Amino acid sequence: MNPTKIFLGAFLVNNILLMRFIALCSFFGVSTSINTSVGMSAAVIFVTLLAAWVSWVLYHALLAPLGLVFLRTAVFILVIAGLVQFVELFLKRYVRALYSAMGIYLPLITTNCAILAVTFLNIDYGYNLLQSTIYALGVAAGYALAIILFAAIRERLEDSPISQSFRGYPIAFVGASLISLAFLGFASLFGITL
Amino acid sequence: MSVPPRPSRLRYLTSGIVKENPVLILMIGLCPTLATSTTTSDALGMSAAVAFVLIGSNVVISLVRRFVQPEIRIPIFIIIISTFVTIIDYALQAYQPSLYRVLGVFVPLIVVNCIILGRAEAFAYGHGVFDSLLDGIGNSLGFALMVVVMGVIREFTASGSILGKALTPAFYRQAPMLFLLMPPGAFFLIGILKALVNRFGIGKG
Repeated sequence: MNPTKIFLGAFLVNNILLMRFIALCSFFGVSTSINTSVGMSAAVIFVTLLAAWVSWVLYHALLAPLGLVFLRTAVFILVIAGLVQFVELFLKRYVRALYSAMGIYLPLITTNCAILAVTFLNIDYGYNLLQSTIYALGVAAGYALAIILFAAIRERLEDSPISQSFRGYPIAFVGASLISLAFLGFASLFGITL
Repeated sequence: MSVPPRPSRLRYLTSGIVKENPVLILMIGLCPTLATSTTTSDALGMSAAVAFVLIGSNVVISLVRRFVQPEIRIPIFIIIISTFVTIIDYALQAYQPSLYRVLGVFVPLIVVNCIILGRAEAFAYGHGVFDSLLDGIGNSLGFALMVVVMGVIREFTASGSILGKALTPAFYRQAPMLFLLMPPGAFFLIGILKALVNRFGIGKG
């Protein structure tokens, strides 16, 4: 499959948050301000790429040849948890600037389903390493786009006169619905199907 | 001391259904609620899969909780949960292939469903086997209630039928309202449901 199509499909057409409903916990939990959304997005992009590589290599070099494919759920989630810990320690020790920007979001990432979903989907779609990288990048970029757009809307909602019943989550859901409606306009862009 | 222990045990079962409904009150486990509620039968299938994992992991975690050091409890929980997820993943593939194709990646993703890890951490790690079983059943029913309610509404408006049975006149089924079936409609519907919960104060106190 064409790399551009893989990227655009993951980035816009099948946007992980707005079209596929993966990683909604962090979508609603972190999107209360643009700053936290940017930090979270950076952490997600970084860890998704690493996780896609590590899980792809593990699956094709270890699990598949040994006939241990049934262990992939347990292995992938543990690998991601270990990877996040390792990245956190590494950044804290060697790359202080990056750590101060996204450090506090790293522990939250272990349970971010977007990353685990990417590792599973790379296997299910039968992508090679390059395609997996592009897919991971597209998903993470789509995550960043959706959550930052949504945060901008939620910051405005803070000061708006909203009826009591709709304050907080309900109006956030309606806002997400409207952004999702806009993203529905990307459906079948360049012939990429939902 | 005159209060018998029975009512308090029953509370473990019922609190997860309405008062502390994981989806609508605590707002966790949103991804599968929105993604797998497109039809009533998918919603029922997903509810059953989540119930299997939640009840199973709750029971096993409360069984082994005395041997698990607090420092390493989360990885242990994850291994136990992923064992049950793998079982249901392969069972669905073998016995319900059409359902498995619809649910897709959401079956393995049950492993990071916040409801399951949340109940393990908040309940099963500190309670006995029977109480954890009740808690697992209650929370499974609470999740199922939300997914199935959404599944029924979405299937009914988008196809004029429930569980494949036509319930509306033919002219509606020829041009049904597809909005709620699509991703924006799912967000909109849960927003309205949450607003109704706020309006009528369900789950407070």
